Amino acid sequence: MSFVLCLILILLVPLAIAGLALINQGLGRSRSAAHTMVATLCVLAVTSIVFLLIGFSFTGVAGGQAHVVTLARFPWNWAAAEPLFARGVRFDGTPVALVLCFQLFAVGLTAIIPLGTGSDRWRLAPACVSSALLAAITFPLFAHWVWSGGWLSTIGINFGLGSGFVDVGGSGTIQVIGGLSALSLAWVLGPRRGKFSEDRIAAAIPGHNIVLVLFGCLLALAGWIALNSAAAMLFTGASIIAIPKILINTLLGASAACLGTVLTTRLRWGKPDASLIANGWIAGLVAGSAGCVFVSPAAAIVTGFVAGVGIMYLVEFLELKLHIDDPSGAIAVHAGAGLWGLLAAGIFATIPALTHGGQFIAQLVGIAALLGFMLPLIHGLNLLVDRFMKQRVDADGDRQGMDVRELGAGAYPEFVVHGDEFLPR
Amino acid sequence: MKLVGMLLLLFGGVIAITAIVLLRHPVEQDSFVVAGLALECLGLTLVARDYAQTKRNVG
Repeated sequence: MSFVLCLILILLVPLAIAGLALINQGLGRSRSAAHTMVATLCVLAVTSIVFLLIGFSFTGVAGGQAHVVTLARFPWNWAAAEPLFARGVRFDGTPVALVLCFQLFAVGLTAIIPLGTGSDRWRLAPACVSSALLAAITFPLFAHWVWSGGWLSTIGINFGLGSGFVDVGGSGTIQVIGGLSALSLAWVLGPRRGKFSEDRIAAAIPGHNIVLVLFGCLLALAGWIALNSAAAMLFTGASIIAIPKILINTLLGASAACLGTVLTTRLRWGKPDASLIANGWIAGLVAGSAGCVFVSPAAAIVTGFVAGVGIMYLVEFLELKLHIDDPSGAIAVHAGAGLWGLLAAGIFATIPALTHGGQFIAQLVGIAALLGFMLPLIHGLNLLVDRFMKQRVDADGDRQGMDVRELGAGAYPEFVVHGDEFLPR
Repeated sequence: MKLVGMLLLLFGGVIAITAIVLLRHPVEQDSFVVAGLALECLGLTLVARDYAQTKRNVG
């Protein structure tokens, strides 16, 4: 593995974070735009510190110290046992330091996903506390299971299920964990004031800056290519010659998803919908991450297209049937497309497997672990935070917007429309 | 119902894991993993329906 190339790729991963931050704030209301960006910075700050101090000791690296339980004659590696404060990491040119750098950005990316869902009503302090718990417990556990020699990555060796659970670029580890956090948060916070009427009819609250949202999609593409490439190098041992394939697959997945959403919304409503197209683009990136280095370009197109077409129906289902208010569509985009990406990797991936067959079942077991263990854990922690510190802003904040309520000033003071400007002079 | 739904999610996960540990025949293994996931879907539906029926913050 080329240390320098991997380092350069990791340096580009924050572009994905910047892209998602722009999408989150652009799809929210203008009166909470500055709050969303401030929350992004605070959440990144909190997750970086907490992950370095605590989280990394549970994530660890493959082959490192770990808590292993022997059950039914098989070893179950469920958490790393590295020293706290990342004291075990030596900055001497070994890949361990690169893994730490990569995971610092990965946990930040995971934690900003729910910010779009909580837009316009999630207070800053609980957002930081919730993100700290995600960086200390939830993300490290699952990241260890998948990326650091944990039990999910070894079900291929132990139980003959293909190559074990495969999630190269983090469709499950980053995206589904972030999406499930968003789902739990939407349940805890409830909808924005005015989103649903007394008779449960949903009102459209459009995003305030679609140009920033679409620019965020372009930034995210660059970040995602770097994310997938760096993850493939670090966790599958891919060499430099695999990077062009990852780049092509990532781009094709996003492109197919984008066109899928354009076609679907065009056929459905007569005109393509800009915010859903942005969601479709990101859904393509999310779905393509799991098997980015193991699938063919044709498979990447199919995976992306299905994600792009499905995203519109999932967004609609969540809002109209389940009455979930998700301004950025994070639940559908990250949890929905992420789960599809994990399944697609089981269908299309051609991996030099340790045992024949069973790859699809390995992916299903990974999905079962995400829904069965991670979602209750995430939701339990969210309810715990809400018990001690109300996560939702009070009724005054609902009316004023988060910028004025929590920051004391709006994001766009020049854009205030004064009623008297329209009176005859 | 939220608690029941969350417990079903948990039990579904346990069934899926237990299936790969205890069962050797691929068809049995696959069936029980799928059954575990089906139970999780049921749990998720229960939790989602319960939250959807909670009336709050309207108007």
